[in-house]
Amino acid sequence: MGKKKNTNKRVNRYNYWGYVFLIPFIAVYIVFQLIPLVTTVYNSFFEHYREGLMEIGPNFIGLGNYIATFQSPDLWVYAKNTMIMWVMGFIPQIVISLILAAWFSDNRMRIKGSRFFKTVIYLPNLIMASAFSMLFFALFSDGGPINYMLMDMGLLAKPFKFLSHIWSARTLIATMNFLMWFGNTTILLMAGMMGIDSSLYEAAEVDGATSTQRFFRITLPVLKPILVYVAITSLIGGLQMFDVPQILTDGKGEPMRSSMTLIMYLNKWLYSKNLGRGGALSVLMFIITGILSLIVFKMSGYNDED
Amino acid sequence: MKKRVVSLIMVAALAASMFAGCGKKEAAETSSEGKVLNIQCWNDEFRGFFEQHYEGYEKIDDASGKIGDVTVKWTETPSKDNAYQENLDRVLKNQESAKADDKVDLFLVEADYALKYVDTDYVLPVADIGITEDDTKNMYQYTKDIVTDSKGVLKGVSWQACPGILFYNRDIATEVLGSDDPETVQEAVKDWDTFTATADKMKAAGYKMTSTVNDTYRTYSNNVSGKWVQDGKLVIDDNLMKWVDDSKKMVDAETTVGTSELWSDDWNKGMFTENAVFCYFGPAWLINFCMHGEEDGSVAKAGKWGGCVGPQSFYWGGTWLCAAAGTDNADLVKDIMYKFSCDEAVLKALVEDNDQFANNKPVMNEMAKSDYTSKVMGGQNPLPMYCEGAEKVDLSNLSAYDQGCNEEFQNAMKNYFDGNASKEEALELFYKAISEKYPAVELPE
Amino acid sequence: METKRKGFNIKTRRTIAYIVLILLTIMCLFWFWVLFVNTTRTHSQITTGFSAIPGTNFMNNWKSIMDGQLPVWTGLFNSFFVATASAVLTTYFSSMTAYAIHAYRFKGRKFIATYILMIMMIPTQVTALGFLELIDKMGLDNSFIPLIVPAIASPITYFYMKQYLQSSMPLSIIEAARIDGAGEFKIFNTIVLPIIKPAIAVQAIFGFVASWNNYFTPALVLHSNEKKTLPLLIATLRSADYLKFDMGKVYMLILFSIMPVVVVYLILSRQIVEGVAVGSVKG
Repeated sequence: MGKKKNTNKRVNRYNYWGYVFLIPFIAVYIVFQLIPLVTTVYNSFFEHYREGLMEIGPNFIGLGNYIATFQSPDLWVYAKNTMIMWVMGFIPQIVISLILAAWFSDNRMRIKGSRFFKTVIYLPNLIMASAFSMLFFALFSDGGPINYMLMDMGLLAKPFKFLSHIWSARTLIATMNFLMWFGNTTILLMAGMMGIDSSLYEAAEVDGATSTQRFFRITLPVLKPILVYVAITSLIGGLQMFDVPQILTDGKGEPMRSSMTLIMYLNKWLYSKNLGRGGALSVLMFIITGILSLIVFKMSGYNDED
Repeated sequence: MKKRVVSLIMVAALAASMFAGCGKKEAAETSSEGKVLNIQCWNDEFRGFFEQHYEGYEKIDDASGKIGDVTVKWTETPSKDNAYQENLDRVLKNQESAKADDKVDLFLVEADYALKYVDTDYVLPVADIGITEDDTKNMYQYTKDIVTDSKGVLKGVSWQACPGILFYNRDIATEVLGSDDPETVQEAVKDWDTFTATADKMKAAGYKMTSTVNDTYRTYSNNVSGKWVQDGKLVIDDNLMKWVDDSKKMVDAETTVGTSELWSDDWNKGMFTENAVFCYFGPAWLINFCMHGEEDGSVAKAGKWGGCVGPQSFYWGGTWLCAAAGTDNADLVKDIMYKFSCDEAVLKALVEDNDQFANNKPVMNEMAKSDYTSKVMGGQNPLPMYCEGAEKVDLSNLSAYDQGCNEEFQNAMKNYFDGNASKEEALELFYKAISEKYPAVELPE
Repeated sequence: METKRKGFNIKTRRTIAYIVLILLTIMCLFWFWVLFVNTTRTHSQITTGFSAIPGTNFMNNWKSIMDGQLPVWTGLFNSFFVATASAVLTTYFSSMTAYAIHAYRFKGRKFIATYILMIMMIPTQVTALGFLELIDKMGLDNSFIPLIVPAIASPITYFYMKQYLQSSMPLSIIEAARIDGAGEFKIFNTIVLPIIKPAIAVQAIFGFVASWNNYFTPALVLHSNEKKTLPLLIATLRSADYLKFDMGKVYMLILFSIMPVVVVYLILSRQIVEGVAVGSVKG
């Protein structure tokens, strides 16, 4: 706040330009996001769905949809599934990305072909999730090549049904998410590192700092804004996890819905065009995401003032 | 997991129709003929037949053609992720307000969801467009059951029937049952208990009976004694519970390879001598499409399949034509529907040129008497079996809930077969899924 | 700490690094190989099992895609047009928005900044139904506009740009430019944008890829075959009738769809990778 008062008067004259630069974003936001959002919230207070071609509702039922949602433990079960699978994918992702970023930024490592490696890691993201899931499914099917390999090696007596066991199914989903997104994270971190003055490293080297020290004392602090970004967006993306588990488990979230995510659940309501229940679930998801993101913001000491 | 627009595949299509107005039906006006005939379909199969066999049709391109001065417009929406039905829902609900040239005139449906449309006023009774009971008398009864609404009114027609039989591996039959003769085999699979007992024999000889528990589902579900939903209440038929119990036995006894989906790689493997399983259930098209007849090492190439009727009769697949209420080309729609379901010349051409099993008893019975033999089936003529099967299929217990209920039932029970849930837990899961799909359906206690 | 252990020696660390990098590379490229192998096999071969060795059906699959009924080249053009336009709009306007928040001190700034962060948390699907109703009302059904224009308001891109500006865009540079008499738009276009070029390259790639591979919104909006983007054409092919269904074709179309985006990525990624190699861009 103090900073603001000290700002030079000359600058103040220009500040109305801030509004001008915001116009396109805000105009588009209002039309294409705010209006649809209001509709969704509005829908959540009505009983409104279709059965076959018959339309039932809309009948105003107040908080009825919310009450019905809370009456079953489903919301929490699927929220838990989503979080578990996100964490299983995110932790290896952030660890590997940080290590890679550290290696690439450490000029003493002098990794040969680093340009090649930096380029390759993002490639899995270019394969559509649906195609990627198809390939994964073929590879890990009951009679698929992975099972044959394990049986040939004598590790298994009979095929292991990867998608019929809770933890193997979740691990496959987490692995796919990891593969698809760790390159993305590494690129973000590397781009963030461009802000690091290489003279800082040189000075540290002269002072005899170990690479671990340089990483924790120089790289990490400078990367903090980007790390916050990575954590938040990954969390948001994680809570929206849909296409990989949807296609890998054919929309079922098997076994026993242990790999069903929140959006897959939302999708179930939308199948019966249940605008009311779907709307209520959407609003609740928004609240859950908001709370979790707030926690990450707070934990990271994110400060909105520069 | 981050910056991306998550692709919510299912929502995509259905949202498309979500806000379409809820219109009341308007009576069919057959007075004047419109300039454009709109046909809704999900693939090009029917269009192919149409181009080949409908006299006077001039093809312009893949999406349009002309009959006299009427333009025919084909709208093809893939059935993947329910997109076809979503699109159809939308156009039907907009039918009343649509301009005459945009009104849908004719649309195609599949058996699994036919009643969803047939049991509404969006579809015209075939009698109303001028196809009489006499015209439809030679059709197989089940093809009429599927498109007969809850008041008993026939609302659609099909050119094909898809009766299924049991295909068995002749080598395995000879080795285990002593003969590959259809009658001997039929005796070993004549009902479900014998079928399960034979499965144990197969196991003892080192073979699996079926590729997956889902192989038999269709046969059980075609032979239920009541509808899925009765008086607004969900009812699980005894024959389906029998499928559950029989299948669980087979999974536990390891007489079936597993619980994979139909069409999956694992399911396909049994079509090859190396991993051969004893039997598959299917209609004639299973041969063309799934048996890998052109591939070395397949049972089909060796001509080692045999066919018999199996434990119960069933059908699989098929396309029906429905006339949309509000059509402005009623006469033309009638003519198309008539030609592709009652006209014997067209039906014969479909059998001869396109390998269809036509929906006409006299035509097919005549073909059955011919000396047609199947190479894949080691020289057996399967047509009499199909004819017999088609007559026996009884689908009076079909309901608009079939597609959703059958899918969810198999999904839920897989957890029981795989040992991830008890039977009760699996049933609970099934109920939950139904309450999401059909909120108005009452669940059993 | 420092006296006790100095970490592994550099050679060991380098060896570990190479092993990890090679493993990751294999894990990343493996899928492209499998995809390629599948495009060389017939439907029958694909459905009966997996193979690591290419077959001989590549040209047949290619021909059946090219001679097939689906307008794949139009689809390619549509995808290219939509993805390029959204990538350009999303990076340009998100940078502009981030710059507005970063560089100016106006009333309501804090509120708007917080608000944008909040809306970032709304899952896309949540508003999809309302979005579609709106599109219908605006008569934008079966048009590219609903796929492109909303990219202007992308909170997540904005957030990244803001974080980046925060770490690498000192306000003193802007001050100096103003003293030189440059207008605000000119400052943004000629001074700010070049400085954040690496960030723009990153978000342009992400934006392009996200739009290219997007199935959700296009499936809501586009109906006619001439308007369809590649993911929709793949879906169309996958839902073909059982008599025509051909996984070889499906994989071929997937490969056909992925290759352009790989090329675009390789071009744009130079920006990032080289930027890192140079070290500091900071003024």
